[in-house]
Amino acid sequence: MKVSIEWLREFIDIEVPPDRLAGRLTLAGLEVSAQESAHPGFEGVVTGEVTDVAPHPDADRLRVCKVQAEAGTVLTVVCGAPNVRVGMKAPLMKVGGRLPDGSVIKRTRLRGVESEGMLCSARELGLSVEAGSLLELPTDAPVGMALDEYLRLDDTLLEIELTPNRGDCLGMLGVARDAGAALDVDLRVPDCAAVTASHKETFPVRVDVPEACPVYVGRIIKGIRAEAETPVWMRERLRRAGLRSIHPVVDVTQYVMLELGQPMHAYDLAHLSGGIVVRMANPGESAGLLNGQSYALESDVLVIADHDTAQGLGGIMGGSESNVRDSTADVFLEAAFFAPAAISGRPRRLDLNTDAAYRFERGVDPAGQVRAVERATALILDICGGEPGPVQETVSAGHVPPRGDVALRRTQLERVLGMAVPDATVARILSRLGMAPEVGPDGWRVRAPSHRFDIAIEADLIEEVGRIHGYERIPVRHYPMPQAMGGSSEARLSASRLRRCLVERGYQEAITYSFVAPALQRAVSGGAEGLVLANPISAELSAMRLSLWPGLLDALQYNLNRQQERVKLFEIGMRFIPQANDIKQEKVLSGIAHGTREPEQWGLPAEALDFADLKNDVEALVAASSAAHTLRYVAAEHPALHPGQSARIESAGKPVGWLGALHPALTRELGLNSAPYLFEIMIEPLLDVKIPEFEAISRFPAIRRDLAVLVAEAVTAEQLVGVARAAAPELIRQVKIFDIYRKSGVDSGRKSVALGLILQDSSRTLTDEAADAAIAQVTAQLRQELGATIRD
Amino acid sequence: MQDLQKLEQQARAEIGATTTLAALDEVRVRYLGKKGLVTERLKALGTLPAEARKQAGQVINGIKQALGELLEARRQTLEQAQLSAQLAGQRVDVSLPGRGETPGGLHPVTRLLERIEQLFVGVGFRVAEGPEIEDEFHNFDALNFPANHPARAEMDTFYLRDHKLLLRTHTSPVQVRAMLEQGAPIGIIAPGRVYRCDSDLTHTPMFHQVEGLLIGEAVSMAHLRGILTTFFSNFFEKELAIRFRSSYFPFVEPGAEVDVQCVFCDGKGCRVCKHTTWLEVAGCGMVHPNVLHAVGIDPERYGGYAFGMGVERLGMLRYGINDIRMNYENDLRFLQQFR
Repeated sequence: MKVSIEWLREFIDIEVPPDRLAGRLTLAGLEVSAQESAHPGFEGVVTGEVTDVAPHPDADRLRVCKVQAEAGTVLTVVCGAPNVRVGMKAPLMKVGGRLPDGSVIKRTRLRGVESEGMLCSARELGLSVEAGSLLELPTDAPVGMALDEYLRLDDTLLEIELTPNRGDCLGMLGVARDAGAALDVDLRVPDCAAVTASHKETFPVRVDVPEACPVYVGRIIKGIRAEAETPVWMRERLRRAGLRSIHPVVDVTQYVMLELGQPMHAYDLAHLSGGIVVRMANPGESAGLLNGQSYALESDVLVIADHDTAQGLGGIMGGSESNVRDSTADVFLEAAFFAPAAISGRPRRLDLNTDAAYRFERGVDPAGQVRAVERATALILDICGGEPGPVQETVSAGHVPPRGDVALRRTQLERVLGMAVPDATVARILSRLGMAPEVGPDGWRVRAPSHRFDIAIEADLIEEVGRIHGYERIPVRHYPMPQAMGGSSEARLSASRLRRCLVERGYQEAITYSFVAPALQRAVSGGAEGLVLANPISAELSAMRLSLWPGLLDALQYNLNRQQERVKLFEIGMRFIPQANDIKQEKVLSGIAHGTREPEQWGLPAEALDFADLKNDVEALVAASSAAHTLRYVAAEHPALHPGQSARIESAGKPVGWLGALHPALTRELGLNSAPYLFEIMIEPLLDVKIPEFEAISRFPAIRRDLAVLVAEAVTAEQLVGVARAAAPELIRQVKIFDIYRKSGVDSGRKSVALGLILQDSSRTLTDEAADAAIAQVTAQLRQELGATIRD
Repeated sequence: MQDLQKLEQQARAEIGATTTLAALDEVRVRYLGKKGLVTERLKALGTLPAEARKQAGQVINGIKQALGELLEARRQTLEQAQLSAQLAGQRVDVSLPGRGETPGGLHPVTRLLERIEQLFVGVGFRVAEGPEIEDEFHNFDALNFPANHPARAEMDTFYLRDHKLLLRTHTSPVQVRAMLEQGAPIGIIAPGRVYRCDSDLTHTPMFHQVEGLLIGEAVSMAHLRGILTTFFSNFFEKELAIRFRSSYFPFVEPGAEVDVQCVFCDGKGCRVCKHTTWLEVAGCGMVHPNVLHAVGIDPERYGGYAFGMGVERLGMLRYGINDIRMNYENDLRFLQQFR
């Protein structure tokens, strides 16, 4: 909403500069987002009176005019405007004057005749966007007066951003009411006295849906003057509010909307048939609107129809058939209260976000329709003449929003604001906001004003008092929080510990969008579809992720395309898995790594990282959690992963994650030169930790024995270690694999694995004989269970 | 006697010529070993007449001792030289970079969130989390958003196609869940991802918020002003004033926008604060009684405040990240700046 301070002065006295007014309004909740001058930027223009018009000797289209610029000064001005005539008053730019575009008016000869200035159109002065002939000023405009002064262009326009609860401030009166309260000055309400009807003609009105249209007020005005023009002062106000002048009657309805916040519509009575019907759209109905387009209507759209067809959408936009035009003689004025619920949502759906709809969605004053019609009638009669009929009211009192009584307790006011406000101040603030408070022993009681839709409970009044009195008066206090040291259990890790683990291991944290491209998601998930957004930003961001991998793969590609050769990223976030009757939203930790094992450096060979590197990262992640000892890595296939390099991570037999190399087919599809390695693991199982329990350290020395065993390729490390341990569980403390050897001397299909066994007795020094016996058991079991050959 | 002198000179010369400890040992064996030239002479003393034996004995022992000392001195010299040579050979270039992995870093949003959490936890707030796919009840109804109200439409909500669910537009539903679970009194902050169907130069369809909620028997706007003043002063590590601008959020009443004194110009006015000397950093207010009703807390007995701030906005002010979209491009050259 664009507010002219000059216009605002009609309602309140403003003694503070615009900056200060803007600041007060902003703090009170009417945020002033911008300020601009109303002056379009011309210089040196006065009101001139044309005293003589003669043809130009050498040009058919030009006239040579005498223009009185001030008492005693008459200038010769060559002018091409068709409407120039003797006696008219128009803006005269004198030599040395400057147009808004910066060009300076000089004394010039136009086809041989000297011109000492320029008569201007509204567009030339930046007062209109439309081309037109000379701007005609009222006959009582004082000759020689600077146009800036005459039009009061020393005016600041405030752009006010209103919150959705303040529909009442979508009119000058509402803004003035709040500004008056903030500045503590009286409000002058515009004169909306009833205009006496000069005939008895009415137009039938039938409201079929009173819940959608509780108040409908109409009036006929007959016989308006076709040649009437909107006065300059009104056009200026419309311009400063950002509206164009269209037709005097339309301009008046717009003006009243800007002034009182009540949208209005004017129909050409000659194009209405039978009477007005306010109803919902019929099945299959469509309507042609003022914007020249036709709309197919759904049945929840309110239409204003005559007895034949829809003539417009109630509260949104009028129709093209019955709108006021140059030939209009008889007008039917409409001001209604449409219930917000009957309008809201439709403008957005129809892409018809009109000024009227904006107001009705937020709520206009249900008691303001007659006032608006009277105000508009008076203005139309002034400008266009005409004969007003009686005001016709169709009201369904039961559907008009009730005005509640709201009490404000002094104690509660202080309790909530954290400061005391003097009684007199409270009463004055509520009065200035139009709430006429009654004082009682404990506080105040008000009747919610009809123009406010946001005054229903005590807290609403507390806000009114607080914002007008000024939140800056509220002291800074500290609430005594209980000394609760809860929140961190030693048996729980924080996700931040997991993050730091990976950061230390060279990973950079990423945050990718929770919605991904469905195609990539399908490729990664083996065709599974995620949940789909009804209204995505784009197709590329339309499916809720089933895994963090698509996002990380995107981020990998993004970086590879920007000359990064080594990329290690991780992310912690939710994945969204649709289930039969539910959606599983679980937090997972995912990583991706691509490139060399270490950054390129002098002291290490540049080797590509592989499965074991990522596995080590995952092992480090889980090392501190109680899951560390029970976690298993099981060879298994995943659609995104290389079938021979992929492990399902299981905790206590339940799958909790995946680890592996990206499938070669996907690697190729994504245009990567080598496979990235990926992991994804549920966070929850990683966060439980066992509180340490001290165990005595054995005082007896340990013995190490190494074995080289030859086994089939299919025999896993897990099997070897498991069998070895189980063979002498009371003595074997640890089994390490310290080498795997495949080349010469080893049959193809078999591998040589070097095991290091650490043996220790907890109650005595282990003898060589006992160790030998244990190792013999181990070798026997390895032979028997895994077909191992022991190498010497 | 003369040949003894000769022998000694020869020995001295040989000792002096040695360059290694091994060679020195050879010389020692040659002269002073069991069968060494000097030892042999001592052994041969017995063949001399008694008088000559005594004198010769003194001379030879003198030579033996002198050579012994010389050998020891030479040994020390050679050892020293050897150590020096070893040290010289083992010199490393200490300016070479160390071997191994280089640490990565946290995402700036995480860095901010951890810091914000730490500040609030420090004064007694608990961190609460909730689902990101929400229902109308938790995201709107319980938060006093009227159905069909522009306030709901203005949220630019993402809806799911096949479910009556939406992506949370703020972390406020976590308030609702926490209050339903715990009741009053309660003090939580709710950090997390939120979603709005809006994408341009200054908006990403996903961003982060931290919401705070404190419900107690005597919580006032003065306390709200207190916590926010404390928080922003600590966050920016600078004494900063805040101010409330009346505003509207359906779940609070009174509701206000929070401005903090511009951290860049100290009240002189600059480009960042658009010469207002204030920076908009949060929304806040006193929890609306309807919200308390919806979660079964008696608004006559309890009241409280809530506030919410955009994390990316704070990143902009703290780290100067002037393009919010950078946060989600995951460009390593960007991320690596926030180790």
